[in-house]
Amino acid sequence: MNIVRNHILISIDAGTIMAGAKAVEDALIKELTKYGLDKEVSVLETGSLGITGRGVVLVVYPEGIYYANVTVRDVPELVEEHLLKGRPLKRLILTEAPKRTIVTKEKTGLLKEQPRIVLRNCGFINPENIDEYIAAGGYEAIAKALHGMTPEDVVNEVKASGLMGRGGAGFPTGLKWEFAIKTPGEEKFVICNADEGEPGTFKDRLILEGDPHKLIEGMLLAGYAIGAQTGFVYIRGEYGLSIERIEKAIADARTYGLLGKNILDSNFRFDIFVKKGAGAYICGEETALIESLEGKRGHPRNKPPFPINAGLWGKPTLVNNVETLANIPEIIKNGAEWYRGYGTDKCPGTKVYTILGHVQTPGLIEAEMGTTLKEIIFEYGGGIKDGKAFKGALIGGAAGAFISSEMLDVKMDFVNLREYAAALGSGAILVMNEDTDMVDMLKNVLHFFKHESCGHCVPCRLGTAKLVEIIDNIAVSKGKKEDLDSLLEITQAMKSASFCPLGQSVSLPVSSALKYFRDEFMARVS
Amino acid sequence: MELEHACQCAQINEEELYPKLEELIEQHKGKPTELIMALHKAQNLFGYLPKKAQEIISERLNVPMSTVCGVISFYSFFSTVPKGRHSIRVCLGTACYVRGSQHTLERVEKELNIKVGGTTEDRRFSLDVVRCIGACGLAPAMLVDNDVYGRVKSTKIMDILKNYE
Repeated sequence: MNIVRNHILISIDAGTIMAGAKAVEDALIKELTKYGLDKEVSVLETGSLGITGRGVVLVVYPEGIYYANVTVRDVPELVEEHLLKGRPLKRLILTEAPKRTIVTKEKTGLLKEQPRIVLRNCGFINPENIDEYIAAGGYEAIAKALHGMTPEDVVNEVKASGLMGRGGAGFPTGLKWEFAIKTPGEEKFVICNADEGEPGTFKDRLILEGDPHKLIEGMLLAGYAIGAQTGFVYIRGEYGLSIERIEKAIADARTYGLLGKNILDSNFRFDIFVKKGAGAYICGEETALIESLEGKRGHPRNKPPFPINAGLWGKPTLVNNVETLANIPEIIKNGAEWYRGYGTDKCPGTKVYTILGHVQTPGLIEAEMGTTLKEIIFEYGGGIKDGKAFKGALIGGAAGAFISSEMLDVKMDFVNLREYAAALGSGAILVMNEDTDMVDMLKNVLHFFKHESCGHCVPCRLGTAKLVEIIDNIAVSKGKKEDLDSLLEITQAMKSASFCPLGQSVSLPVSSALKYFRDEFMARVS
Repeated sequence: MELEHACQCAQINEEELYPKLEELIEQHKGKPTELIMALHKAQNLFGYLPKKAQEIISERLNVPMSTVCGVISFYSFFSTVPKGRHSIRVCLGTACYVRGSQHTLERVEKELNIKVGGTTEDRRFSLDVVRCIGACGLAPAMLVDNDVYGRVKSTKIMDILKNYE
């Protein structure tokens, strides 16, 4: 048997593929073979390492040294220096690489350690290899549930964990599951909402690309808990690599008997199917998603009845977000008590954020609930780029809130942010520096809503159009002071009268932008 | 996807593609709920959704033509007019916008002399905008067919596009 002394994990996700990760991988293998090191050093593909915008990123174990911006031209030097002579190649080392606490204790950078629950395996295992997921403790939770827990036990464990839905609204997951288990029905469905359309959000994509089996296991547990036999993953059509990986993962799980009949020698049967979306933001709303799954226009439905009572084809249906489901296996495996050790009392666990805009190191991070915005931007994100000053941030995507520097010390979790009339939403944090034009930013957000309004109800259809008209005027300094009141009035009406969360949520960015950056708007109106 | 790029003479080749369409949608026959999947396949095949393809799908899946049209017009992914051989999609999501993607878009419009939603005369490129493709770390981002380009500088656009014939 070969003893492998070094492992090189190379991040293969949409971003790094673009930067030429495949070519670097080939070059590495070629170069290692040239020195006869190919038996001693193994090159493995993995999901996102959580670092974006830094070209090809790879990490060499056991040292745990991260390299970024690696090109094919760097490969000979990298192999000769680090892998042949054992001298890490300083010029390519990424000093701000994230640390993780749960899986390893390596010290690779200056940043705070990240407690990783959801992203535990991302960037550590090969997402296309089911054996690696199993070796990392995968599918233990479903085995534990099937051979020692009743469906009620599973629901109670999730309830006790205090997990809240990570799709945006923060509804208690355990409660949703309890409704689902109590709803009578021969046939029930589990849907994974992977229609991630909130601008600035790509956490679900990286979970899908980095650890697809975790999602399958989460769906299996949900199916077992509520008594469903079929699951669907509704995924954005634009997410090519995610679709490929989840489809492969499903096929492998079927081969291993982890999907299908008599799973792990129990009476439980469950299977999962992938459905592609076709480019409509509204389909992230659960009832619109269900309509789309049924092959129709993605118009939201009346609630009640909620999907939990009458969802897909009128059957009881549980809809959960990717990140929510990815939390479940760890909760079942380690118990609710363990999970409550992370985050805050009211909002336990961690949250995956995408941090973007004018920061030094944009990327994907996982932080405990209750972490302050300041910590996220200045410690994880490395502060503001080019030595500029922080001006504001847009939190939670387009349907989120603008905040200013006075909010930097607010603890970020679903419950706490509500008190500040903001929302955690999808976990997108768009950071803006002092040069940013807030009127222009709000204009962009409102154009987005106008484009994505599905046209089903009047307040949203006409409201978004009118908002765009007004903001376009303000942006070219042709607005009046009263226009600012109109913006608030219209969004208020939309909040009360719109059919679904899309129209209702427009008030958040508008009112927050006007609250914190009113001066800038006043300067543009007469 | 290869088929899409292979056609030099759209009129003639389109006819030849219909048997292939029948083959692709065979598994969806009589299943109205699989309309969107069938439309995805047809659009991949033709590059857009010709009326005749819509009619075939309507009949085979047992979905009224009005519903087919309704679904196509609802989703931004589907198109009923022929598109260029390559699709350029510039991201105007908030993260890209704050990093200046509006300038990218204007530059593409100027260089190709087309507006958003338009196709160049030689049918080489179509231009559209998208709202977030999840490549925010690489903002401003642009998609050409299925290739993502990040940190797009206005001056580099033509260098990127010259790789697509």
